[in-house]
Amino acid sequence: MELNGAQIVVQSLIDEGVEYIFGYPGGAVLHLYDAIFQQQELKHILVRHEQGATHAADAYARATGKPGVVLVTSGPGATNAITGIATAYMDSIPMVVISGQVPSPVIGSDAFQEVDMIGISRPCVKHNFLVKDVTKIAETMKKAFHVAMTGRPGPVVIDVPKDITDPRIKVPYKYPRKVTMRSYNPAVMGHKGQIKKAVELLLSAQRPMIYSGGGVILGEASDELTEMTRLLGYPITNTLMGLGAFPATDPQFVGMLGMHGTYEANMGMHESDVILAVGARFDDRVTGKLAEFCPHARIIHIDVDPASISKTVRVDIPIVGQVKPVLEQMIELIKDSKTKPSKKALEAWWEQIDKWRSVKCLEYDRNSPLIKPQYVIEQLYEVTKGNAYVTSDVGQHQMYAAQYYHFDKPRRWINSGGLGTMGFGLPAAIGVKLAFPDADVACVTGEASIQMCIQELSTALQYKTPVKIVNLNNRYMGMVRQWQEFSYESRYSHSYMDTIPDFVKLAEAYGHVGMYIDKPEDVRPALEEAFAMKDRTVFMDIITDRTENVYPMIESGKGHHDMKLRVALGTPTDRELA
Amino acid sequence: MRHIISILIENESGALSRVAGLFSARGYNIESLTVAPTEDESLSRMTIVTCGSEEIIEQITKQLNKLIDVVKLIDLAGAPHVERELMLLKVRTTDQDRGEIKRIADIFRGRIIDVTSTTYVIEMTGPSDKLDAFIDALDKDKIIEVVRSGPTGISRGEKGLHL
Repeated sequence: MELNGAQIVVQSLIDEGVEYIFGYPGGAVLHLYDAIFQQQELKHILVRHEQGATHAADAYARATGKPGVVLVTSGPGATNAITGIATAYMDSIPMVVISGQVPSPVIGSDAFQEVDMIGISRPCVKHNFLVKDVTKIAETMKKAFHVAMTGRPGPVVIDVPKDITDPRIKVPYKYPRKVTMRSYNPAVMGHKGQIKKAVELLLSAQRPMIYSGGGVILGEASDELTEMTRLLGYPITNTLMGLGAFPATDPQFVGMLGMHGTYEANMGMHESDVILAVGARFDDRVTGKLAEFCPHARIIHIDVDPASISKTVRVDIPIVGQVKPVLEQMIELIKDSKTKPSKKALEAWWEQIDKWRSVKCLEYDRNSPLIKPQYVIEQLYEVTKGNAYVTSDVGQHQMYAAQYYHFDKPRRWINSGGLGTMGFGLPAAIGVKLAFPDADVACVTGEASIQMCIQELSTALQYKTPVKIVNLNNRYMGMVRQWQEFSYESRYSHSYMDTIPDFVKLAEAYGHVGMYIDKPEDVRPALEEAFAMKDRTVFMDIITDRTENVYPMIESGKGHHDMKLRVALGTPTDRELA
Repeated sequence: MRHIISILIENESGALSRVAGLFSARGYNIESLTVAPTEDESLSRMTIVTCGSEEIIEQITKQLNKLIDVVKLIDLAGAPHVERELMLLKVRTTDQDRGEIKRIADIFRGRIIDVTSTTYVIEMTGPSDKLDAFIDALDKDKIIEVVRSGPTGISRGEKGLHL
């Protein structure tokens, strides 16, 4: 079969099994768009801004486990995609981004819409390729998907100069079934000896804690993690990225850990004597002050990326390998082992954990005449019966969603954890809804975040992706305001907007349904009404208590045991604004 | 502590910038870097001299290994090895000191590879500290230009860095 370069790109995507490509056309990719026009298999989703394309593809990948695919033009198309690529990179999301480039002969001449995409993207991709020859396209595409999907996943950029996709130049096409790269052989199975040592240590623990992260979800190892945790009877905490890997409603789950983690999870980590870290990377938002991190614990760390091991926290038993096979081996060893976890020690440990739990660190004022954001998330959880895909933006609302929506299944919680990208939520919701048209998809956001990618409301209409936007509108960049309250004597420097659009009218202008909710008793009926409108995108503008803060909080530079808990009488802001 | 990291890397455009970018992005020290193709022209050999604590060197090697283009690497400091650096040095000469400069160069086993009526170009290879010592032995005002390649190294014995 002879195809031109543009057709090869498109056919390679089809042969790779790609269903959706998220993109935006421009001069350097016109040949590619012409090839897309002339086929039916690959569905193109036209976004309104390239950042939206990357977030939608990224969320599609997070929800399905399949790679997200993006097509952007050279220059501004490429630079607009960078934020989304960096977002995917920080959270290890498999994504293939095809960027157009000016024709090869003029590369380096500051041509119109030229930017060095290979150079600009280099620090935020797993790898990138510049295609220099039309005969190399298919192989490069295969390599890109291979690299993106294997090992520790991540985004891969393919920069394609316009002349490479010239419709007049046809070459034989065959999509390679497999590709090997001598320089890239990610670890699969963990070291047997290390696994054995890890199990021995784990079974000897007096105050164990399992700490699991996004790697368990990416590595499709939730079942194994759940089985092992139940087998051991140990407490488990998840990172922000790891929520859903272990059922949040299971009594062994002690909640999220870290900066806004639960009291019991953080205290449990602090007092633990053996920690099993699975697919987690000891991020600074998780560890708090490194010098005070888990002072009594010996640490086992399973990770597919050797560079994640002992990067910030020195571990005692490292295991490099995919979490799934490693956990499978551990389960077998635990079952076969004559040593069993000490019943007495475990009982005492759970008693201690229950004491911490009785602090009820997530309790909030349920009698407030104002809408509490926590209440909204609790109601969202109930109305969707815990089955929704929840995307979020970044800030207080993200933390409330993580704390109060109990994720029982992996891949349901879709948020920008590592980069913390405002504007992620709405395009992400669209990407998820395309993947699962029959599922409930909620975008939990705030009035600041939503405005960063609000143009994608138009995309949602065009492709009929009815998502429900839960806008926790506190008229502040809440998390910035919270930090300013705690650390800058309430000098709220530019953390509010004097003008906020009428979101109801805005939603209607985009062809959607808008709702304005400002009374606690209206929250539940509004959510029910919104989710009952199966074929409409609904924007719920929910006016929440502007003084509410996220608790517990470990302020930066403090240890796990040094948490700020909710003040019963309200914060200084409450009083100030009363 | 000083480490010499020797890397086999795919001989592709951009490979060098991936390595250099890694060092700058993560704030690692880089004292010198040399690179050239090997006998297998699809591969380049890169030698990086860096310094840092054991933890940092461990991270550097892990992060380098993580680069898709990196095929293999070793830290030469961990085992017996030899290292050499090439230096070209141009000095101003007069009739009075020509003999003296040549004698010093001979002591250091340098070779004079270009002569004009007022200058010498001296070629010298050796461990970096020997080159330093030679520079120190010369009159600073006489030195017009110094070019150093940065060290390259190779492990001793049967073992080698190859595919």
